[in-house]
Amino acid sequence: MTETGIGAAVRRTEDQRFLTGNGNYTDDINVFGQTYAAFVRSPHAHAKINGINSTAAAAADGVVAILTGEELAADGVGPLICGWNIAGKNGVEAHNSPVHHALAMGKVNYVGDHVALVVAETQAQADSAAEMVEVDYEELPAVIGTGKALNHATTIHEEAPGNMCYDWEIGDASATDAAFANAAHTTTIEIVNNRVIPNAMEPRACLAQFNKGTGDWTLHVTSQNPHVHRLVMSAFNGVAPEHKLRVIAPDVGGGFGSKIFIYAEEVVCTWATRKVGRPIKWTAKRSESFLCDAHGRDHVSKAELALDADGKFLGLRVNTKANLGSYLSTFASAVPTYMYATLLAGTYTTPAIYCDVQGVFTNTAPVDAYRGAGRPEATYLLERVVETAAREMNIDPADLRRRNYIQPDAFPYQTPVVHQYDIGDYGASLDKACDMADVGGFAARRADSESRGKRRGLGYSSYIEACGIAPSAAVGALGGGVGLWESADIRFNATGSVTVMTGTHNHGQGHETAFAQVISEKLGVPIENIEIVEGDTDKGPFGMGTYGSRSIAVGGSAIVKAADKIVEKGKKIAAHCLEAAEDDIEFAGGNFTVAGTDKVMNIAEVAFTAYVPHNYPEGVEPGLHEQAFYDPLNFSFPAGVHICEVEIDPTTGETEIVNYTAVDDFGTIINPMIVEGQVHGGIGQGVGQAMLEGANYDENGQLVTGSYMDYTMPRADNLPNFNVGTTSTPSPLNPLGVKGAGEAGAIASPPAVINAITDACGGAMIDMPATQEKVWQACQAAE
Amino acid sequence: MPTVSMTVNGKAVSADVESRTLLVHYIRDHIGLTGTHVGCDTSQCGACVVHVNGKSVKSCSTLAVQAEGADVTTIEGLASGEELHPMQAAFKENHGLQCGFCTPGMVMSAVDLANNMKNLDEATIREQLDGNICRCTGYHNIVKSIKDGAERMGG
Ligand code: FES
Ligand code: FES
Repeated sequence: MTETGIGAAVRRTEDQRFLTGNGNYTDDINVFGQTYAAFVRSPHAHAKINGINSTAAAAADGVVAILTGEELAADGVGPLICGWNIAGKNGVEAHNSPVHHALAMGKVNYVGDHVALVVAETQAQADSAAEMVEVDYEELPAVIGTGKALNHATTIHEEAPGNMCYDWEIGDASATDAAFANAAHTTTIEIVNNRVIPNAMEPRACLAQFNKGTGDWTLHVTSQNPHVHRLVMSAFNGVAPEHKLRVIAPDVGGGFGSKIFIYAEEVVCTWATRKVGRPIKWTAKRSESFLCDAHGRDHVSKAELALDADGKFLGLRVNTKANLGSYLSTFASAVPTYMYATLLAGTYTTPAIYCDVQGVFTNTAPVDAYRGAGRPEATYLLERVVETAAREMNIDPADLRRRNYIQPDAFPYQTPVVHQYDIGDYGASLDKACDMADVGGFAARRADSESRGKRRGLGYSSYIEACGIAPSAAVGALGGGVGLWESADIRFNATGSVTVMTGTHNHGQGHETAFAQVISEKLGVPIENIEIVEGDTDKGPFGMGTYGSRSIAVGGSAIVKAADKIVEKGKKIAAHCLEAAEDDIEFAGGNFTVAGTDKVMNIAEVAFTAYVPHNYPEGVEPGLHEQAFYDPLNFSFPAGVHICEVEIDPTTGETEIVNYTAVDDFGTIINPMIVEGQVHGGIGQGVGQAMLEGANYDENGQLVTGSYMDYTMPRADNLPNFNVGTTSTPSPLNPLGVKGAGEAGAIASPPAVINAITDACGGAMIDMPATQEKVWQACQAAE
Repeated sequence: MPTVSMTVNGKAVSADVESRTLLVHYIRDHIGLTGTHVGCDTSQCGACVVHVNGKSVKSCSTLAVQAEGADVTTIEGLASGEELHPMQAAFKENHGLQCGFCTPGMVMSAVDLANNMKNLDEATIREQLDGNICRCTGYHNIVKSIKDGAERMGG
């Protein structure tokens, strides 16, 4: 391992600008002649619009334009789309897909829904004029509640009878029924996966500009996938031809999924900038983020696990109602189906699984991928039912898991629900986690707590996730409308420095450092001579962006492929210059050498020769610039075991996480410091979901948790230090052996926390978030 | 519109602004220093923390006119040239930031904390940090950074 190569804890290059206030986030960018946008938003969850009167608002100080859905439609701008079709039970070929206008056309369907755009000289003027727009609403009853939406007296969309988006299934129903018929024990739980709001700290923003001279648009936008933004906005929304639209996602202050999606605001501003002939900036206020960023999770499920007398899992049967909100967001349909139920085998050999999912519409904000996207919901359900079974059967929960693990010699392992796992050693992670968490000493610690009038609990979570998203053909076969390969472009400059462009996007994951480490390792170039460029459709090759823990597994693999091509071409050039046969050239540590001699040429010299090809091999093109596209062979499957230990004061319900241990198998690790940071952050969000966070709508569809005063974000004193370790079974299916680390913490932690709390409180179910009040009540019931 | 003048990072600045202008917008939009961020509209997140006369202040809950004549330091004014302030250096060394959006406020709060309290332990840091939200790091490395930074600052 070199100091800056694969496996080194290199300090991040991007930190210098962030630490000195020189980051370049969308709202930091201002251009000459810029105007400001404010959206008129629905105050009602469900209403007809009988008219919009903007006469007074249009006459207010500084107002440049007020635009509505009619004008948007008249200019042929298409509705927002969902890019993943879900076929249903009984041969239904397509899910119900209501039209999602970027600006309302006669009806609004959630509080915050977009009614009109106000453009003004200053933000304050835009905001006050937006309040002056008079909208004549006729209120309709709101459909609220994941479990109540189906066949509700009110139908939100004509296209979706009974408020059903789809009724979908996976697995083998009759084999599962047979498993239950033979079971010695059945465990049943009803479980809610609470709705959460992503809350990246940088609110969404965009700055749209149109250049009359060239006829080009430039859109700066808080996006995890600028190329996807450009593609969708040109192909589906039709706001600009793809080659005329430049999308730049500069520094982005966190995403967690919420900045994948193509939202109304950027579509409308890009359309409007040409119409008003001025650049337009929109920056969400936090209250708008609460209302309109796509929310996450929101499942109501029933799970049944069939076991034999020894605790071997025989079958798993699950029904889930998934709240999709009022419209389908960009990838919403896939999250509670293919991102969810395909993970229900977990790390276990359960031979028969059946799951059906009803996706429902409600008068709430759209729900889409949030850190983990479907996999946290699967893991929470599975690890709660497993833990409950262990308690019911009086089997040690670690032991029950061990009895059911897929064994290391069983890979590749085909689960009953689509995925074929490539590699893993789940027992190794469990052993290490038990060791690190000192599970052996738990009984004594519990006795000590009890002697102080406290309760203590221990909870496990054994998770697996499908990352490295995703093989394009597999995605297509399951209804996905895109390919999920990734691209890389490596351009040596004549002076030997390297510019690397990828289609992924960095919004906190440290790509500028980790990708440079890969290049440094593979090409022997000092890290300070490597520039990683992402986030600009005019600079880098088309790529699919960052989500699903895919950047290193898919983007990193594309970089390796391109680097291999650089070496291949470099060998030809070096062979010529060193007067040797190409086959005799070896490459290591940045040097091309003639095998068995001391004849050597550094890659920087090769690059210079490639650009100043005075003495050059015949038939070889000048330049040292290679591109690669990498389509993964399979998903990658990070897995691991998290153990949470809590101490509870039963008189107040106050819960302290006294120890949190995470052992994850991410395969090869490029930068352990960054990976640990990803695990910490994921656990922080998962603990937030488990103990603090919950998006609540009242029965009228008002979001009652619409600010940081009402929605509890985890703060420093809510969280402990984390005890983080790894095991490693490198993935055989990608050139780096990596698996992806961005989501593991958020996937693994909620069940670990709730299993610990329920263990402390006598075993009864407590739904997330396990607030102090709920925990207190559970303690009361247990005493 | 009143003319509001103050010293920002050692430089005298002045701008004509509406009297309702918040200090954070004065700094970002009128002085052009965009390192100070806006993360909320309820004074909860701390992304906007700057120092006014040496004390940390949420610049989203202060009017620019209230800072008339004050000595303001923003994240841009912390380093000396290329050399990071010890707290900034500690954040870099301990991976105390990911997306960087909360970072300016975190660092400014941390510097104020280290100036005011000596021998900071983990529990105190966590408690004192309750005005700053980070969504990325789970705080583990922020707490570590602040402890290290405070030590580097001589505390
Ligand atoms: S912007 Fe959130 S506290 Fe100031
Ligand atoms: S580093 Fe992203 S919010 Fe703190």
